[in-house]
Amino acid sequence: MTPLAGYLLVAALLFSVGLAGALTRRNAILVLIGIELMLNAANLNLIAFWRYGPHPEALTGMMFAIFSIAVAAAEAAVGLGLVISIHRHAKTTDLDQMNRMKG
Amino acid sequence: MGHGAFSSGLGKGVLPMSLVFYLIAALTVAGGLASMVLKNTVHCALALTVAFAGLALFFLNLDAQFAGFAQILVYIGAVAILVVFAILLTKGSETPKDGVFSRTWLAGLAVAAAVFAVLGWAILHTAPMLPGATPAPAVTVQQIGQALIGRYVLPLEIVAVLLTAALIGAVIVAMHEKEGTK
Repeated sequence: MTPLAGYLLVAALLFSVGLAGALTRRNAILVLIGIELMLNAANLNLIAFWRYGPHPEALTGMMFAIFSIAVAAAEAAVGLGLVISIHRHAKTTDLDQMNRMKG
Repeated sequence: MGHGAFSSGLGKGVLPMSLVFYLIAALTVAGGLASMVLKNTVHCALALTVAFAGLALFFLNLDAQFAGFAQILVYIGAVAILVVFAILLTKGSETPKDGVFSRTWLAGLAVAAAVFAVLGWAILHTAPMLPGATPAPAVTVQQIGQALIGRYVLPLEIVAVLLTAALIGAVIVAMHEKEGTK
C-alpha cells in the first residue's frame, strides 16, 4: 500500500463517520459538525493528492484546499446562525421535531 | 519538520507508512468518531477539536505547512469556538430524554457503511496504480503568497466577497428581532 492509499483510506473513513453522524444525529448542530468532518476529509484528500501528485510545485491541490477551508468557514458561520435563528423561533434544535416550514 | 524524508525513506520498507501516520490516523478517527457518538453535545464539540487537530497534523505530515496552520487557525480557532457558542446559545448541552439518535438511525448507518465500502473498494483496487512515495516538494510560503496574488487572484477576491457576504448574512439571520420595531 502506497502512502497515498493510506491517506485516502483515512479520509474515506472520516468521511463515512461524518456522513453517519449527519444522517443519524437529532441535534442540528451535530449534523453541521458531521458535514464539517466530511469537508475536512475532502480537504485531506486534496492535500494528499497534491503531495503525491506529479507536479506539487504547481500548488493546485494546495490552493484548492485553502479555498475549501475558507468556504467551509463561511458555511459553518451561516449554518450555525440559521440554527440559532431556528432555535429562537421553534425553541428546539431537534431535527425530528422540525417537520414544517411554516412558522 | 523532516517527516517527508522520514516517510519517503520508509516507502519501500516493510511498513507502508511511518508510525507517525498510524498515530495521527488513530487520533483523528477516534476524535471524529467520539464527536459523532457522545451524548453530551459540548463533549462532541471538544472531540471535534481533537479531530481537527489530527487533520492539521496530517497536513503538516504531508509537508503542507501553510494548510496545516490555516487549519489550526480557522478550524480550532474559529469554527470549534463558533460551535461551542451555538451549543450554549441553543441549550444543546442538555441530553434529550428520547435519545440522541434520530428515528431513522439504522438507515443512516447503512448508507454511511455502504459509502465507506464503495470508497474503500475503489481505493484498494486502484492502490497499485497510485504514485508511490516522492521526495517532499520544496514549497515556501512566499511561493504560496505569490500564487495567491498572481494566478489565483480572482478566486481570492471571490472568496473575500463570499466571506463578507457570509458574515453579514449570518449576523442578519441570527440577529434578535425586536418586538414591535421592524
